[in-house]
Amino acid sequence: MDARVSDPASFVMEPTDQGFRLVAQGDWVIANLDLVDDDLRGLNGLAGREVIMDFSGVTRLDIAGAFVLHRTLRDVENARASSGYDNVSQDFQILLDEVAANDHPCDQEPMPRNSLLMVLDRIGETVEHSYQQARSIMNLCGQVVVNLGQTVKNPRRLRVTSLFHHMEQAGLDAVPIISLLTFLIGAVVAYLGASILRTFGAEVFTVELVGFAVLRELGVLLTAIIVAGRSGSAFTAQIGSMKVNEEIDAMRTLGLDPVEILVVPRILAFVIMVPILTFIGDVMGLFGGILIAWVQLDISPGMFLIRMNEFIPINHFWAGMIKAPFFAFVIALIGSHEGLKVEGSAESVGRHTTLSVVQAIFLVIVLDALFAMFYIEVDY
Amino acid sequence: MVSRHSDVIISVEGLRTQFGSHVVHDHLDLEVYRGEVIGVVGASGSGKSVLLRTIVGLIEQAAGTIRVFGNDTGQMSDEERRSTEQRWGVQFQDGALFSSLSVLQNIETPMREQFSLSETLMKELAEIKISMVGLGSDAAPKLPYELSGGMRKRAGLARALALDPEVVFLDEPTAGLDPIGAAAYDELIKRLQQTLGLTVFMVTHDLDSLHAICDRIAVLADKRVIVIGTMEDMLASTHPWVREYFHGPRGRMVTHEA
Ligand SMILES: Nc1ncnc2c1ncn2[C@@H]1O[C@H](COP(=O)(O)OP(=O)(O)O)[C@@H](O)[C@H]1O
Ligand SMILES: [Mg+2]
Repeated sequence: MDARVSDPASFVMEPTDQGFRLVAQGDWVIANLDLVDDDLRGLNGLAGREVIMDFSGVTRLDIAGAFVLHRTLRDVENARASSGYDNVSQDFQILLDEVAANDHPCDQEPMPRNSLLMVLDRIGETVEHSYQQARSIMNLCGQVVVNLGQTVKNPRRLRVTSLFHHMEQAGLDAVPIISLLTFLIGAVVAYLGASILRTFGAEVFTVELVGFAVLRELGVLLTAIIVAGRSGSAFTAQIGSMKVNEEIDAMRTLGLDPVEILVVPRILAFVIMVPILTFIGDVMGLFGGILIAWVQLDISPGMFLIRMNEFIPINHFWAGMIKAPFFAFVIALIGSHEGLKVEGSAESVGRHTTLSVVQAIFLVIVLDALFAMFYIEVDY
Repeated sequence: MVSRHSDVIISVEGLRTQFGSHVVHDHLDLEVYRGEVIGVVGASGSGKSVLLRTIVGLIEQAAGTIRVFGNDTGQMSDEERRSTEQRWGVQFQDGALFSSLSVLQNIETPMREQFSLSETLMKELAEIKISMVGLGSDAAPKLPYELSGGMRKRAGLARALALDPEVVFLDEPTAGLDPIGAAAYDELIKRLQQTLGLTVFMVTHDLDSLHAICDRIAVLADKRVIVIGTMEDMLASTHPWVREYFHGPRGRMVTHEA
């Protein structure tokens, strides 16, 4: 009995006057059932006949084994009343009773419907979902603005420790990676400009190319994207795990406002730090450009700066900088919003973290496009 | 429980477990007999969960031997380990259900991993298990976070029973249940033990459970099993912690009315 080296389960059908005698043999345990289950399901020919299941050859039986035999008898339509079990030991009878008492199939999932309908269904759901999502983001946005207003009126409500903590985590700690990446992109743009413009003998315009691109777009966009991936996602994960741990519910019952405690400091920290990071990104991007211009085009750094000063008005710098706090607000808002939407499980934290990054980057780029249109209109 | 000593299903000898320099068990001996319900009690932090986890191989012991079904768990090949794992089921303290799978899928998982059964059969068997542990069929498609604590425990038990094991390990199965729910759970375990011939290794704090369903009780203190025996043995013990536990205000209520 100990060693589970087992006889395979099998059965033979012996015809009788009224119908059949199903003689089961061997170990009817879960490990052996794949062999006989299909055969048992194939016994449709028994309909209307008497079926006697003979257990005399069964050496072991467990719940799974008892179930398949029970099911076979149950499924033989119109089986005679005289159908049943034979030679059942007391132990086996207990199992058969247990199975019979617990045979409650669960509801089937609804059948997949017409595929066109399903497509429409999905589209409808997505539209509805996007609408709800937009509403719920605007809702949180409103709460944040109200909270910010109250904080301005009553600065003591501001969570200073938390604010500085996030300024360090989301801001200061991001300086190395943002510096490195903007430097590289600045260098790449300069290199590209140098090699293409040189063919027209216009390599000196590399200065304008780098200046415009980095100051207006690349500095702020890269910063925003890195920050969204690095810290916006962290907001979602942090707030989301708190949601899973019921910490947010605990706060509410203690009369604490999660928006005030968790969301406002994060948003403020972002709005303060992202412009600073953008400035660093701008400087490093230009630095990369200067370096390449120097190495590839023999434009000395001094020349580069003089030309920049002459041909790139300062408003291009501001055109980039103005966008930074807006991007910051959107990223932090989305990060917190997704965090608050986490439900139940750790898996949900992962899903919302991904969503948060995707949505934040999407919105940042859309916002950037809107800014570009706006700048063109006002000729800035 | 006829020929008790010949039918030892789990034996632990001279077990020592430690985390860094923190020794949880030292020279711990324990035997579990086939077909019995053994209750393990002890103060919080005395190492009950660690003992359970060590026996099922989730924590490696620092010294000592553990035999399950007669095989030394420390020297099993992967193949032996796999077949041993088919013969026991573990219910964790909070269910430890896979959070991204429905209750039904949770129960199907061990079947899918260990055997090659058809999808239909797995579903049917999982449904039987769901009903056996007293969950309604509406619980089957639910995700773990949609269940109450008590339902999660039942679902965890159903998953532990998925492979029709010979031994089930239960970690505080009735903790956090209301008294009626806890009593129903006790009855469920007793019934399953009787119908399926299960051996039940149960960590518990619940004096009612100890009284209602445990054949023997093992008390864990001072890093080992200090007393093991029936409820009568517990009541007769002179060890201060055991006296406090079974004769304290809560102990008295249960033992006196019986
Ligand atoms: N993974 C672990 N790492 C370090 N120490 C642990 C770990 N698991 C448990 N312990 C320690 O082992 C001791 C026993 O824990 P446990 O078995 O969970 O207690 P209980 O008897 O309440 O179930 C405790 O002191 C605990 O701090
Ligand atoms: Mg424990």
